[in-house]
Amino acid sequence: MILSDKTDCRWNAAPFVVRVSTDPLRPEPLRTSEALLLRSTCQSYIPGFRAYFWTEAASSELPHGVDTPLISLPESLSYLGDGDIVIVRPSTGDLRVLYRRTAIHNSFLVTQACNSFCVMCAQPPAKHVADNCADLLWEAIPLMDINTPEITFTGGEPTLLGRKLIELIRRMKSFLPHTSLHVLTNGRLIKFLAFAQDIAEICHPDLVFGVPLYSDMSHEHDFIVQANAAFDEAVKGILNLARCGLRVEIRLVITRLNYRSLQRFAGFVARNLPFSCNVALMGLEPVGFAKSNLASVWIDPADYGEHLAAAVRILESHRVPVSIYNHQLCTIAPELWRYARQSISDWKNIFTDACESCAVRHQCCGFFASGVDVHSRAIRPVSCN
Amino acid sequence: MSEGSDLRHSPFRPISEFLPQRGHFSLLPFRFIKLDDSRYVLTNFAGEYIVTDRDNLVRFVKKDLAPDSDLYAQLKSRHFLNDSAHSVALDLLATKYRTKQRPLSEFTGLHMFVPTLRCNSSCSYCQVSRKSSTAEGFDMTQAVAERGIEFMFSSPSTVLKLEFQGGEPLLNLDIVRYIVERTRELCRTSGRIVNIIICSNLALLSDEILDFCDRHDVSFSTSLDGPRELHNLNRPSRDFDSYERTCAGIGRIRERLGVERVSALMTTTRHSLSQPTEIVDEYLRQGLASIFLRPINPYGFASSPGTFASYSTAEWLEFYKKALDYIIGLNLRGIRIREEYTALLLRRMLTPFGTGFVDLQSPAGIGISAVVFNHDGNVYPSDESRMLAEMGDPRFCIGNLLSDSYKDMMLSDILIDTISQTMTECVPGCVDCGFQPYCGADPIRHYRLQGDIVGYKPTSEFCQRHMGLFRHIISILENQDTASGVLMNWLQ
Repeated sequence: MILSDKTDCRWNAAPFVVRVSTDPLRPEPLRTSEALLLRSTCQSYIPGFRAYFWTEAASSELPHGVDTPLISLPESLSYLGDGDIVIVRPSTGDLRVLYRRTAIHNSFLVTQACNSFCVMCAQPPAKHVADNCADLLWEAIPLMDINTPEITFTGGEPTLLGRKLIELIRRMKSFLPHTSLHVLTNGRLIKFLAFAQDIAEICHPDLVFGVPLYSDMSHEHDFIVQANAAFDEAVKGILNLARCGLRVEIRLVITRLNYRSLQRFAGFVARNLPFSCNVALMGLEPVGFAKSNLASVWIDPADYGEHLAAAVRILESHRVPVSIYNHQLCTIAPELWRYARQSISDWKNIFTDACESCAVRHQCCGFFASGVDVHSRAIRPVSCN
Repeated sequence: MSEGSDLRHSPFRPISEFLPQRGHFSLLPFRFIKLDDSRYVLTNFAGEYIVTDRDNLVRFVKKDLAPDSDLYAQLKSRHFLNDSAHSVALDLLATKYRTKQRPLSEFTGLHMFVPTLRCNSSCSYCQVSRKSSTAEGFDMTQAVAERGIEFMFSSPSTVLKLEFQGGEPLLNLDIVRYIVERTRELCRTSGRIVNIIICSNLALLSDEILDFCDRHDVSFSTSLDGPRELHNLNRPSRDFDSYERTCAGIGRIRERLGVERVSALMTTTRHSLSQPTEIVDEYLRQGLASIFLRPINPYGFASSPGTFASYSTAEWLEFYKKALDYIIGLNLRGIRIREEYTALLLRRMLTPFGTGFVDLQSPAGIGISAVVFNHDGNVYPSDESRMLAEMGDPRFCIGNLLSDSYKDMMLSDILIDTISQTMTECVPGCVDCGFQPYCGADPIRHYRLQGDIVGYKPTSEFCQRHMGLFRHIISILENQDTASGVLMNWLQ
């Protein structure tokens, strides 16, 4: 599944956000923020929608002489359905699916800018881009289903938005009061206590900050994120969040650069950050810098099983919740399976031929579609016994 | 961190640009002490430790350690050294110290009521100089009880613990009922949480009492010293088979209230020393998943010849080690049983959290962690000071419920003066001890045995015992084998 593609249609207008509807009888007042998706021939022109998406099947019967945008939908996005939200960039023809109503988990890139430069970044930062991700998201939030279970803000580095991030979190609470909000941040700017205090004041009912720490050694962490003092800033940020009563998840991507210190790292977290609501020990997503630096950063999970198990045992014995992300079950010891989560978003998640006959495939997180040539030697179907 | 560190892509800076320079670090406060002939234990004031040999200790202090060495990483990770100007290390240390000392801000949690001094057992080591079960004038009155409850609810502690001690509390059931019912009533109106425990030999347990304890969420703590012969030797009764009654009681509580509503501890006498495995097996026989191995206290009848003085600290430690070894072995065979003394020390050593255990606080937990209301209304800052008073030395009594106010008692000179001499951070003999962060002060015990609140540590039984325990537990943990895995599980 892909989330963005291009349409052939181009015209001069600013990017905008529309919610998809397939119902030609949509009440008039709702149509102004929606795009009607035409799948089959329609009898007559239905006025009032912000835009119209048409698929091949519908093309022959399109009404003529209409000044609202008519956008041909590429086959790759034909899965769109009621309630999904799309960003349309008319000048380039870019269509980006921002939100899928039926997905359990939606993730929004709120900015492409970042103040770190991680050697295994899966989403390398765009330098000096005046992106408008946050503004489009601002428009989109009221269009989302109030029963949306879970949303993640990611980047780039969300805290670079400053006040705007705080307003986005407030808007999430206003329009989506039942939705869990997960903000992935490097935590560095939250070294300013006022930042954490302002966020805490919102009193969002279900908010977690996911902050990466890649080592308990400040110099190793700083090297991995390529920024001096980043470790100290991140830990201060974590302490500030906790001091304000905000929940913090610690995220560690396991690489060739830090796998040896996993056990010591776990001890550090248990001792210094025992309030963490989760410690996510994560497999590498081999795209972006992780791909260009693959030889330096990737390590086969089969080679760090002992370190991973020891880290999990330490956190478990200290009652710090721990999860393993992005690890296929066959690459980790069965006693660790209960910590493994199906952590890879559905749209970038695949399984291989070897998985066909696997007995635990339904419990497994599978692979990143991007990492098709970076698989552990431990990959094999698990048989039930 | 050597292999893979050479990222070839131009925008990335190499690890060498981030590595601290050799020798460029400052020492953070720490203590050290010999673990055995070859190794030292280093502890920081937040209670983290590192074991290393003398050479490495010297190199660390002389700042002659390679920044990419294992020991350097351990010392940095656990905040024994600081190598950067903008470091968060001090913030973390401060947070950890605050976390460890948090029980202090809770103030008094444990409130012990003595409903009666009468008892139907005649234990050889009785610590409270009990009276016979028909003696008169040793029962708590309702007026005293009422004031005791008032006192308890004056404590700012978020979680209160009410413990009935004795004598045998069930011999004055009416007052136990009164205190429990009144407390539960106040829980409902005040929203406070109170855990209630009756310490009893269970001989008088009845269905009626069990129903009552079920209704009011009351648990039991009892004494089980080992197999029948040993138990009855230590804890005889003129009226009944002590072992039989205790075991029957444990079984009934497990059935009626649930397996977690009764716990047991054993007191070591000289007869116990040769039976570590038999004692543990007895706990298994009763279905108990935990045991507290307790040395005898030097109070009351326990101080009479032939009991306390009849074994040395070294002998007790031998006994403890054998029992612990056996218990760890059981766990490795899948049998779940935990030694609570060890578990308590492990929590002090391996977690950032303080424990409320009264005997191991700095400043001492007397009064500020626990307080005892005697049957006659006298208030003592610990069970030990009550026992001392029963022996004729009431100097630690902080007042009487019927005549003194909460404030007067908690601010009494005897309490403040005593507590002010119990900060092990600055007490002679403790200030430089590597185990200081794990240990505490027991002023009453030192006063009783050495005639001095601070005590003289080189000959202190308390000190020898705890040093022995810490050394033994750290040695097991350092082996990093299956036994240390068992101990890690006890943290939960």
